[in-house]
Amino acid sequence: MPGKLKVKIVAGRHLPVMDRASDLTDAFVEVKFGNTTFKTDVCLKSLNPQWNSEWFKFEVDDEDLQDEPLQITVLDHDTYSANDAIGKVYIDIDPLLYSEAATVISGWFPIYDTIHGIRGEINVVVKVDLFNDLNRFRQSSCGVKFFCTTSIPKCYRAVIIHGFVEELVVNEDPEYQWIDRIRTPRASNEARQRLISLMSGELQRKIGLKVLEMRGNAVVGYLQCFDLEGESGLVVRAIGTACTLDKLSSPAAFLPACSSPSKEMKEIPFNEDPNPNTHSSGPSTPLKNQTYSFSPSKSYSRQSSSSDTDLSLTPKTGMGSGSAGKEGGPFKALLRQQTQSALEQREFPFFTLTAFPPGFLVHVGGVVSARSVKLLDRIHNPDEPETRDAWWAEIRQEIKSHAKALGCHAVVGYSESTSICEEVCILSASGTAAVLNPRFLQDGTVEGCLEPRLEENLPAGCGFCHIPYDELNMPFPAHLTYCNNCRKQKVPDVLFTTIDLPVDATVIGKGCLIQARLCRLKKKAQAEANATAISNLLPFMEYEVHTQLMNKLKLKAMNALFGLRIQITVGENMLMGLASATGVYLAALPTPGGIQIAGKTPNDGSYEQHISHMQKKINDTIAKNKELYEINPPEISEEIIGSPIPEPRQRSRLLRSQSESSDEVTELDLSHGKKDAFVLEIDDTDAMEDVHSLLTDVPPPSGFYSCNTEIMPGINNWTSEIQMFTSVRVIRLSSLNLTNQALNKNFNDLCENLLKSLYFKLRSMIPCCLCHVNFTVSLPEDELIQVTVTAVAITFDKNQALQTTKTHAEKLLQRASTDNEELLQFPLELCSDSLPSHPFPPAKEHLESASSNSGIPAAQRDRCSSWIELIKLKAQTIRRGSIKTTVTVEKASPMGEGNFRNRSAPPCANSTVGVVKMTPLSFIPGAKITKYLGIINMFFIRETTSLREEGGVSGFLHAFIAEVFAMVRAHVAALGGNAVVSYIMKQCVFMENPNKNQAQCLINVSGDAVVFVRESELEVVSTQQPAANCQPSCPGGEVTT
Amino acid sequence: TSELDIFVGNTTLIDEDVYRLWLDGYSVSAAVALRARSGILEQTRATAAVLQSDSVDHYRTFHRLGRPLHAPPKLPHQLIFQIPPSRQALLIGRYYAFDEAFVREVLGKKLSKGTKKDLDDISTKTGITLESCRRQFDNLKRVFKVVEEMRGSLTGRKKLQYLSFGDFAFCAELMIQNWTLGAVDSQLDDMHVDLDKEFLQDVKELKVLVADKDRLDLHKGLVCTALRGKLGVFSEMEANFKNLSRGPVNVAATLTHNKDVRDLFVDLVEKFVEPCRSDHRPLNDVRLFLNHYSASVHSLYGFRHQALWDRSMGTLRGCFLRLYHD
Repeated sequence: MPGKLKVKIVAGRHLPVMDRASDLTDAFVEVKFGNTTFKTDVCLKSLNPQWNSEWFKFEVDDEDLQDEPLQITVLDHDTYSANDAIGKVYIDIDPLLYSEAATVISGWFPIYDTIHGIRGEINVVVKVDLFNDLNRFRQSSCGVKFFCTTSIPKCYRAVIIHGFVEELVVNEDPEYQWIDRIRTPRASNEARQRLISLMSGELQRKIGLKVLEMRGNAVVGYLQCFDLEGESGLVVRAIGTACTLDKLSSPAAFLPACSSPSKEMKEIPFNEDPNPNTHSSGPSTPLKNQTYSFSPSKSYSRQSSSSDTDLSLTPKTGMGSGSAGKEGGPFKALLRQQTQSALEQREFPFFTLTAFPPGFLVHVGGVVSARSVKLLDRIHNPDEPETRDAWWAEIRQEIKSHAKALGCHAVVGYSESTSICEEVCILSASGTAAVLNPRFLQDGTVEGCLEPRLEENLPAGCGFCHIPYDELNMPFPAHLTYCNNCRKQKVPDVLFTTIDLPVDATVIGKGCLIQARLCRLKKKAQAEANATAISNLLPFMEYEVHTQLMNKLKLKAMNALFGLRIQITVGENMLMGLASATGVYLAALPTPGGIQIAGKTPNDGSYEQHISHMQKKINDTIAKNKELYEINPPEISEEIIGSPIPEPRQRSRLLRSQSESSDEVTELDLSHGKKDAFVLEIDDTDAMEDVHSLLTDVPPPSGFYSCNTEIMPGINNWTSEIQMFTSVRVIRLSSLNLTNQALNKNFNDLCENLLKSLYFKLRSMIPCCLCHVNFTVSLPEDELIQVTVTAVAITFDKNQALQTTKTHAEKLLQRASTDNEELLQFPLELCSDSLPSHPFPPAKEHLESASSNSGIPAAQRDRCSSWIELIKLKAQTIRRGSIKTTVTVEKASPMGEGNFRNRSAPPCANSTVGVVKMTPLSFIPGAKITKYLGIINMFFIRETTSLREEGGVSGFLHAFIAEVFAMVRAHVAALGGNAVVSYIMKQCVFMENPNKNQAQCLINVSGDAVVFVRESELEVVSTQQPAANCQPSCPGGEVTT
Repeated sequence: TSELDIFVGNTTLIDEDVYRLWLDGYSVSAAVALRARSGILEQTRATAAVLQSDSVDHYRTFHRLGRPLHAPPKLPHQLIFQIPPSRQALLIGRYYAFDEAFVREVLGKKLSKGTKKDLDDISTKTGITLESCRRQFDNLKRVFKVVEEMRGSLTGRKKLQYLSFGDFAFCAELMIQNWTLGAVDSQLDDMHVDLDKEFLQDVKELKVLVADKDRLDLHKGLVCTALRGKLGVFSEMEANFKNLSRGPVNVAATLTHNKDVRDLFVDLVEKFVEPCRSDHRPLNDVRLFLNHYSASVHSLYGFRHQALWDRSMGTLRGCFLRLYHD
């Protein structure tokens, strides 16, 4: 008996009136787990019953603990007839099964009924006593942690990233069982909720077993989906990345690691950043608050990547700029070999992560995707879901071979999805082909992989852009140039990826959301004919979506897409394609050329005029976008690609300049004629429409930015105000003579209008950015298009964001100087060691603040002819600084106490009203995540037979989504958390039948429940730590006490 | 237009301007028109469709907020809408705010179904939308119900037609401040609105000022000496002193009976305001009289109830002065 589950029913409140005569309710509760049921006493005539039950104890296998949900049903006692159910609460007890997550679930849960929605709340306490089980053949996987977050969770470090785990389970959908003919829809929906809850548990347990087999202890980037296949069944499938994670034990060490980007930005001492126009996402400058250099191996973090790479940039030989020259053929080959051996053991070298530990991602090849159209048939034996497994295996194999063709051994940012209409199902998989650093993937190199030195061979901020494939044997036509950053390696002209922008990437200007939208009519057909028709349409759709993305990217004067997600949705009579991504200008990649319009009938004068008019409009738009997104790439002497459409003469000059450094390139470039201009040939009305539609996308109103990645490239100074929201729109197409054009326009307008509404609604948050904007399209019926958007609006500090107009040279100088500071750590520590009263080596901030405020005017800094001079100057001021601040240090309380206070601080001290934040991001601006409490994965069905009375379809769905949010918040609060991160609404399936006054909706959401602490609260503590944060506030060396 | 169009925030989004329009009882289309006229479209460069969608969505939210707003103490405990406390206070405050013009019309009437049926008349008369009248009427009923259950009683009657709502509120406030149990006993919470029975019992002792002929004359002498030459109509005051004095003393002294409490405002008007008015006294004269009338009691030899007098008269003086107008 490996586990004992204990449940106590405390009280209820706000119960509905069940007895019309007395206006009261005689409520009691049934508590069910597996096949065991307990009941509380009936609490007579009360809408706020106090049961205060005994502890109901269930003795169960841990396998059941993982699979089964705890089921709590509140009923109204009726002496004469059957008891009426008021509603239910399903509690996933999984978070109680790992040691580091929640220890108790206790709180008010909304009582949910599929017809009436939320009907009051019930206070429940749940505990689990687990006994150690040494059975090696066990079927449970208790203790494996699950995270929806697609990066290494903030207070953990990755020891090994094992790789891909997947599993699926199938069952008959209760709605399609024979019994459904004789039971109520309510009973059927409740059966579905229960079944899916059970299947989710089972799936998670099975995935956990696979993780244990791989000797991992966690799944990161866990994505679970439902396929409602109708007649043929119900599939629950999940993918994730198995990892071995280590909890960062010392809060001092992990605090910097956990801090969100906004924090970092504040602490970057070069507030007078010489070139803020050249942003990189996240902290581009080294991590200033990573103070304790005596324990480098412990202070592993995602953010530290930049510091690591910057460190490696600093050559031992004393050269000012990068040492990328070392990255040559031999190294590449060696790396490839190592990676290969590490990855070959895996069937699918896939990673669902979208952000990576520093040094993990070596090169990125590009997006790989595969789709396949299948006909659904009844799943005959649910225990052997071979067909579905085979389908996915086939697709994954394809992805793998695509990646190989790109010279890559792995796929990152990997995801899978389906679209089902009747018996046709489109399976899609996509990811980003990549070359990875093998050291993270193997056992035995655990410590090694944390050493920053291993990055020595990679230049900062551009390494991932360098092509992984053989330039002489390219898998597809591409234009290669030398990397604008290191000038040593080749880069493509554009880069599409499904991952987040790497934190150390050098980006110019800001990013923006780019969408390609497309509809294609399709004849209604049955079974195989239908599948064939869809298969035939798919390549055209892919091509058009790609072209649209490329055009829009160029129109934005940008050269790379991150977070690309292409969704193809199948309906009865049409296919929809929606691609969303975040466009950026990567400094390493060449300046994008413009868009050139060419007419087919050159003799017609007015036509030519029209063409030139269009051309002008496009050029103007590009110029406007450059200004809007602050894209001012540094002018480099050899570069002439500033103008949107270079003259042929210029083009040849460009080629020559490249040929100076390499001979083969010339040929390559020549073979692919037009490098810069992207030519759109207008040969028919369709093409004209396309050009027009390009220009219809309206930029967000001023003060607004949007992206579909975690953070907006170019904005770092987030404030703590966030607003997560879901917006749903359905439009009805007029069925008369629908053409592809009309359809496209309708769809385009739908998306654009939705965005406009969002900007209007959230206008009080300006300046603000919509992050992680996630659009999903579905076709619930013949003439209906449904678009669901979930995103988070985050405000940022405008004043800091608007710094502009600095030159590239200054940026370089700043880089050099930050490198120097890295070097200076040693002398600094020595210096502080000589001060006995100084308990710890002074912080790096110390150094920064000293140097930036040490009375060296910026101009003088410029005059420092060599970096050595600069160092000397700084070294002096530092020494001065440390001595003078000694007084402060003595006054401050010792480090240990600071730590203690930090730990003892109540986790939810700031949320007195029980506010629970929800965000699709993996972090909370201005706060530190201190604990992960477990995964939230909830599935709800809501139905109504009084649609009009509930405010029509809008009223119905509005209420339901609000209820879903409320239930998520309540469950998080009961776990002791105050936020959900990496929140995602995976499904929102809405069906209506207005004639019958009925509607139904299924919603599936997931995320990670966490505890966060506001940074402002932490600062109260940390100001007392001598080495941490007190320095920036003091004017460095000039401080006197 | 869209079949379905919704926006749900994790924190409930509340647009104060739209909330006001909703409270004022405007239909969605009227609200859209009013918002458009405010220039918001030009400011935000939004389209009319966006404004329409936004307004409809806010209205839907407010409609759904209606239920928790009917029981304000439950608002912080309900789970559906996550609203920061300051916003909750704003929502409740605005929801229960009323138009004085409306409340004046309802005051003195029974909060019954019949009155509710007449709300359209009130709406026409006051220019307040029927929707808003209904909300305010229901609010009054809810407040009344709560107050009724709070122990203590309420009052209301005719002849007070000329009084504004503010007049009533002012007097009620004075009495709550000075005459209730909560006013003297800090242990009780402020909302204890029961009148201090003991005090009202004691106030009967003050009758001696009218009943005892010697005291009355003494008092009259003091007041007349102080006021001689200062009042426009001195002789009437001198002649009527007994009647005038009876008012303040008796109004307070009869409050031990619930029926009299109900008639309090009528008493205030009949026993003091009207006699003064019939003499056409200017407000300033009345103020002077009341000041000296209450102050001179302190000089009455052998009068033991000074504190009691002050507590009683302080409030009454305030009430009389407030109610003394046309």
